[in-house]
Amino acid sequence: MELAFYLSGLVAILATLGVISGTHAVHALLYLIVSLLAVAMTFFALGAPFAGALEIIVYAGAIMVLFVFVVMMLNLGEDTQEQERAWLKPKTWLGPSLLAGVLMLVMITMLIEAGDGRLIDGDLLTAKAVGQLLFGPWLLVVELAAFLLLAALVTASHVGRLSAFQGERE
Amino acid sequence: MNWWTPTVEAAVIAMAKALVILLVVVLLGALLTVIERRLLGLWQDRYGPNRVGPFGSLQLVADMIKIFFKEDWIPPFANRVLFVLAPGLAMASLLLAFIIIPITPGWGIAELHIGLLFFLAMAGLNVYAVLLGGWASGNKYALFGAIRASAQTVSYEVFMGLSLMGIVAITGSFNMREIVEAQAGLWFIVPQFFGFCTFLIAGIAVTHRHPFDQPEAEQELADGYHVEYSSMKFGLFFIGEYVGMVLISALIATLFFGGWLGPILPPVVWFALKTGFFLMFFILIRASLPRPRYDRVMSFGWLVCLPLTLVNLLVTGAVVLLV
Repeated sequence: MELAFYLSGLVAILATLGVISGTHAVHALLYLIVSLLAVAMTFFALGAPFAGALEIIVYAGAIMVLFVFVVMMLNLGEDTQEQERAWLKPKTWLGPSLLAGVLMLVMITMLIEAGDGRLIDGDLLTAKAVGQLLFGPWLLVVELAAFLLLAALVTASHVGRLSAFQGERE
Repeated sequence: MNWWTPTVEAAVIAMAKALVILLVVVLLGALLTVIERRLLGLWQDRYGPNRVGPFGSLQLVADMIKIFFKEDWIPPFANRVLFVLAPGLAMASLLLAFIIIPITPGWGIAELHIGLLFFLAMAGLNVYAVLLGGWASGNKYALFGAIRASAQTVSYEVFMGLSLMGIVAITGSFNMREIVEAQAGLWFIVPQFFGFCTFLIAGIAVTHRHPFDQPEAEQELADGYHVEYSSMKFGLFFIGEYVGMVLISALIATLFFGGWLGPILPPVVWFALKTGFFLMFFILIRASLPRPRYDRVMSFGWLVCLPLTLVNLLVTGAVVLLV
């Protein structure tokens, strides 16, 4: 299981690098999908298949489809690729990367000093256990998330409705 | 022979079983192309293919020879990598979903406790095959087909998942074997009738079968997302559609009609009979219904099916809680 965890973690990092450095929008999105699948695999390896399956269904199966859908219709040509290449010049990314690299070094040293932490064991977290946790100790958080989603839903349907009315008036 | 331990033996037997299931599914998918044409002929009062072999039974062989030896052409304006990747994804994602289906008490590939979720995940990934295939073709009609297909699939997958949650609530598990065993007294078609209706509709829509085949409507879009595909790449899309049909039929039989359960006959016969019945039902629907307009399909999904599944889930939840 540890091997699976580290392998899928490596794939996730490489795929995310592909997302950032890719100049072709659709290819970059495909790397992002691979990255999400790899993260789902790390969940599987950690013994949380429920979270892994939800990651695939929600992120890779629904949200990313909409992203790919929109980008495909934008018909981005050579111009945008040129622009991407211009943004990827070392002058642009060298400074932020150096600073972020320092932060990563700090994090790695802290992780090393903190000790081994929890080891990956073969325990499986079932859907039932997740449900009991969510609707037991974490009920408040679930309810707050539900509020947030409801607000988003109302807003989205309002925005959609507004343009429908304008369409009728014209 | 000290490496031949019981663990190795069990693993080899399990792999052999998985291989048998894979072969049966793929062969059944290929056979269905011919069976469908014969049955459509029967129901539409014409002959269908009946020249090759006795009663047209060798038509499949002729089709295979034709499709394997056709020129495999990749359009120069296509995005090569994605163009080649898409048909494989179409086939693989649907075949992978078969690993959760329990065929008999002893047969079945894997017993996952997230069983149903695994199917939904694979159905979600299957969208990319159509989407990428249509886009990578570099053809307007293919792109239209891909856009229609992905919008339709994403919409119908919303209540496809919800229509199954009633069963999950009653059984208290995502595990397919536990779901089958929970139906020993009463098949889920009775308490979950509306769940069955919506799952059937969503299943037809997700596999792009008639009357939900607007993504590949010949009259409007030439052939939709696979218009640029030829030879075996088209074959993979084509057989993939039938594999999807087998998958949905097997799932309906397992989830709503008690899977292998049934009197007198052995379990595998019951499973095959139930799955076969729904395969025939899929073909009968294609033979008898006209194709609705695309916007009607979308509004039917969101305005009729989604509220129906939500009410069904609410009532099921109340019954589970109170009874």
